[in-house]
Amino acid sequence: MIRLQNLTRISDYEWEIPQSFRGDMRGPVRIFSTRELLEQILGDKSLEQAVNASTLPGLVGAVVVMPDMHQGYGFPIGGVAATQFPQGVVSPGAIGYDINCGVRLLASSIELEAALPRLDSLATLLNQYCPSGVGVKGVVHVNVPELERLMRAGSRWALKNGYASENDIARTEENGCLEGADPAKVSERAKARGLEQIGSMGAGNHFVEVDVVEAVLDQETATVFGLREGCLAVQIHCGSRGLGHQVCTDYVQDFQSAVRRYGIELPDRELVCAPMDSPEGQAYLGAMRAAANYAFVNRQLLAHSARRAFEETFAGKLKNWQLTQVYDICHNMGKVETHEVDEKRLKVCVHRKGATRAFGPGTPGLPPEYQQTGQPVLVPGSMGTASWVLAGTETSMLRSWGSSCHGAGRTMSRAKAKHDIRGDDLRRELEGRGIKVRAGSMSGLAEEAPSAYKDVDAVVGTVVAAGIARKVARLRPLAVVKG
Amino acid sequence: MPFEELSHTADWSLRVWAEDLAHLFVETARGMNSLAGVKLAEKPRVRRTFSASAQDTESLLVSFLSELVYHTEQDNLAFDDFDLSIDLEDGQPGRLSAILRGAPILSLDKAIKAVTYHNLQIQQTARGYEIEIVFDV
Repeated sequence: MIRLQNLTRISDYEWEIPQSFRGDMRGPVRIFSTRELLEQILGDKSLEQAVNASTLPGLVGAVVVMPDMHQGYGFPIGGVAATQFPQGVVSPGAIGYDINCGVRLLASSIELEAALPRLDSLATLLNQYCPSGVGVKGVVHVNVPELERLMRAGSRWALKNGYASENDIARTEENGCLEGADPAKVSERAKARGLEQIGSMGAGNHFVEVDVVEAVLDQETATVFGLREGCLAVQIHCGSRGLGHQVCTDYVQDFQSAVRRYGIELPDRELVCAPMDSPEGQAYLGAMRAAANYAFVNRQLLAHSARRAFEETFAGKLKNWQLTQVYDICHNMGKVETHEVDEKRLKVCVHRKGATRAFGPGTPGLPPEYQQTGQPVLVPGSMGTASWVLAGTETSMLRSWGSSCHGAGRTMSRAKAKHDIRGDDLRRELEGRGIKVRAGSMSGLAEEAPSAYKDVDAVVGTVVAAGIARKVARLRPLAVVKG
Repeated sequence: MPFEELSHTADWSLRVWAEDLAHLFVETARGMNSLAGVKLAEKPRVRRTFSASAQDTESLLVSFLSELVYHTEQDNLAFDDFDLSIDLEDGQPGRLSAILRGAPILSLDKAIKAVTYHNLQIQQTARGYEIEIVFDV
């Protein structure tokens, strides 16, 4: 059990569990949090999981955790760990089952007043065109060879097939395609799960949400991002669906024997890993990248569906109804990146699980228009509460492996939320506040109740005060579609 | 019911107990169905077989439950009747053979994405065998 007295206070927003806390740690754990949020974090086993993550072979520097962190399985949600490339390990469990789960933000020039009378029909069309819920099929069906092409090309597959624009791709992390994807390393079973789910949202905490840009905190950056106060925006949150879940399942299973072969001892079997330069590590990286590319296409197709709903709702009624991509970010991912460590440039594999890449100004790989501002960091709040658009900073490159928070972060168990909250009551409450809700499952809705989450403003306030992101705009929800 | 839901911040967790290993596997499968709120159609009844081998019993359990997750998502099937045998020999990989009987799913409250190894350890207790298991949802 980790207690407050085990932590060293670095500042009001940064704490550390020193490497000396436990004999098997290979580096410290750095926690971005206020004292108040820390008390919530200490309420579950997330810090124990962060300490366990610090035992990964080849770990470089500190395991970093964000203020929205909470208990997961193996690796905590809200955690970031870097391992030396290529001798260090890659751990499927430190990336998660929903490989390349992420968020896409689309901006518009549609003013709230003009949209309000049509919001109800917009929500209905979004619900119709963005398939959601348990076991739902996607909007595009392909055969296996086409699926393999899609997994290699990522968002370029969507462009070639008329579902994306060049601008969408330029404004997607990694341009919507991880190099080195190897569909041959994706099992037949994973492919079978992926064939019919392209362009679907699934269930859980995934959603499509229409927001209004309620406040702009940095006008110059917001203008570069294409965000206008009082205008509509759309957030899309989902990942690689059953294909990604199966890839992770397969490799967590395979790596149970790999750790024995490589003599790796770990405190939790969900953290199993293999050296990146081993055949097992290479196979997982190839499969994981293929699943990540699938997820980029999935969000691209959902964006296409959202545009279709906007067109049907607003075209011919409003002049500028188009949706322009602000950015698409990943928050469950493992990527080889170059970071400064002890004043040297070092290649590392950054595992982010429930943490958003937050590259600062001047970082290679960002679109030219974001070179001055830093990349957009998309932080959706819990259902019915505000979301934030932040920008990456130089400090995030130095202190948090170029990462920031990914959401509000759960604080109440799903079981308690289901017990304490009725989905239909919550729906009425949200509708009473003018938020249109389209949800497939009332119990699923209850599990995602705002009271089950931390205060997103407090989470964002912490990362901003710590300097690892800065505020650009705040979004208020108008309509939410979920499974 | 020889299982109970445990508190977990983000995912779902169960404690399961049974007098022997085969029953432990079956009760965990039933617990998983219960968490997901599976309701089965009366007909048609379906039958599937499953076999696996693994270095340890926990891996056999994860394989077995992952098979059920796959059938739920891919074939819209769930199972409520199991014939299951586990062979364990010292120094040899364990083997599991199962006949799964069930039906199409009428409704489901929530999908389980995956079965995790997080702190998964089959323990012998006064109740027989016992585990705590976490599912990603």
